[in-house]
Amino acid sequence: MTANAVAAQIVVDALVKRFGDFVAVNGVSFEVARGEVMGFIGPNGAGKSTLIRILCGLLRPSAGRALVAGIDVAQDPEGVRRRIGYMSQKFSLYNDMSVVENLRFFGGVYGVSRVDMPDRLRFAVDMAGLTGREDALVATLAGGWKQRLALGAAILHRPAILFLDEPTSGVDPSSRRRFWELIHALAQDGVSVLVSTHYMDEAEYCDRIALVNHGRLIALGTPLELKQRSLGGELLAIEGERLGDAMASLQSAPGVRDVAMFGSALHVLVDEAALRLPELEQRLTAAGWTNVRARRIDPSLEDSFVHLVSSSAAQAGAAA
Amino acid sequence: MMAATAAGVIEVCGLVKRFGALTAVDNLNFTVQPGEIFGLVGPDGSGKTTALRMLASVMRPDAGSIVIDGVDVLAHPERAKRHVSYMPQRFGLYEDLTVQENIRFYADLFEVPQSSWQARVDRLLQAADMAAFRKRLAGQLSGGMKQKLGLICSLVHTPRVLLLDEPTTGVDPVSRREFWQILYSLRAEGVAMLISTAYLDEAERCDRLTLLHAGSMMYCDTPAGLKARMPGAMLEVVAADPRRALAVLRDLPGVQGVLLVGVGVHVHVDAPQRLAPIGAALAAAGVAITTIAQVEPSIEDLFVALLDQAPVEEGA
Repeated sequence: MTANAVAAQIVVDALVKRFGDFVAVNGVSFEVARGEVMGFIGPNGAGKSTLIRILCGLLRPSAGRALVAGIDVAQDPEGVRRRIGYMSQKFSLYNDMSVVENLRFFGGVYGVSRVDMPDRLRFAVDMAGLTGREDALVATLAGGWKQRLALGAAILHRPAILFLDEPTSGVDPSSRRRFWELIHALAQDGVSVLVSTHYMDEAEYCDRIALVNHGRLIALGTPLELKQRSLGGELLAIEGERLGDAMASLQSAPGVRDVAMFGSALHVLVDEAALRLPELEQRLTAAGWTNVRARRIDPSLEDSFVHLVSSSAAQAGAAA
Repeated sequence: MMAATAAGVIEVCGLVKRFGALTAVDNLNFTVQPGEIFGLVGPDGSGKTTALRMLASVMRPDAGSIVIDGVDVLAHPERAKRHVSYMPQRFGLYEDLTVQENIRFYADLFEVPQSSWQARVDRLLQAADMAAFRKRLAGQLSGGMKQKLGLICSLVHTPRVLLLDEPTTGVDPVSRREFWQILYSLRAEGVAMLISTAYLDEAERCDRLTLLHAGSMMYCDTPAGLKARMPGAMLEVVAADPRRALAVLRDLPGVQGVLLVGVGVHVHVDAPQRLAPIGAALAAAGVAITTIAQVEPSIEDLFVALLDQAPVEEGA
């Protein structure tokens, strides 16, 4: 705990951001330790980008405090920007410039000194796996290379903190895995990483996840913790023939909290799997469905996400 | 010329599209039945959009045939469109019209009388959790809601075949789930659906799918059938210090791939029998592990394993 407090590279404390009457960020608090990869997830419009813009020193908070690398973003946004790297899904590379021209350009923007530049260029080219292709136009690179090059550009100035905004959309799976290996290698070297995404498989790669909805932090924990604790029940997968018509019947069964179609199966959230599994099998078989097989499954991060977001919306509705 | 397939079926045979030296779509063959959701799953640039454009008859193939709903699409593109709906990546919503006005516009465009779409649209808006937003301007909807509205507009003329190009890209998980629930209700009505996605976890929701890589199909099967083709097995090691576990695991015999995930490490091994020796090796190296167990591979695990296994095909 104290170790974390000492090493925290991002401290967000009761942060609020209002745009007129609209509260985009509503009392959010969390910390990111040195070398930690934090996933920042939430539906569209949940306040993710606003929070990242505040942490990058681009927006002033309305209330509360944010420290990045020990610097208050409201006091010294310039100082914050010198210590962070930022990479978005659009990669912001110049297609009509070569690999090395792009890197030199971003190195200049980020204030890499002339002495350090050759070393850092070599490092970024190596990391992207583009050695020998330094003069290739960026336009000719496939998505995975561009992505790694954009990452290289974002860390030329050795930032202590790296912000990634949906970094792997549309990249092929092998490239994506290489990319995450690089991210974890950076984290190993002590870089703190904040990744915003609404893709759950990306969130799985993170050490911890902060889930935001309507500007509020509604869950914080490791992927495992979120999966195990947040669902408010246990999950069954039921397979069988033509199960689509069985949804209504299951919805009204005792102990059933939610039913959703998933591929050819039904995912059913129940209060207690051991009790409801045989009950539901019997209920469906008695009602004429054939080949019904139910099994308990581990919830996915997406299951947790959907559940947490829906129940936080319900709470907000009840409070209003 | 009427082809010999039944109504509502998509039949693609030997489909090829070249752009100069690049073969964007290379010999696609598949059939989609009424009431089936078929996935074209692959990363950007794998040929998904090009394939869908040809099926929607907005682009002509260089070779192959497409028969949809009994109509030869290449010979009679206009006739084929009658019972087909195509939702491109950016569906043409009018941002300065309301939700309701957009729907009415598309109904008029498809010449559907209000009496026949009203009840259906009400039900779809309900299912999309958008009934309260009828009077909101489309330009003020979130990304997920825009996609759901696009889908509803694509459905006003009750198509038998639905072509969807990455409809859930940029959509949050809650909206995505609602989107899929609508697709499942269409499936129950017997609509044949072809859906493309770059997100491999979405493959699990399809009835059948093909993995696309550089324009070519890598297998075509049900999600369960595909997973059964996974060479070797996947183990999940849950550890307090996953990075240390990873460093040890990488060099153990039988380990073909390691992937750091939040809770630990996913290890691709050549055979499930590696579990016990790997557990012992981790213990011997002083890595504290919470659990080690065989887990079901994901479609992404499979995709990566197949690509690693057959790198030769890439250049072919």
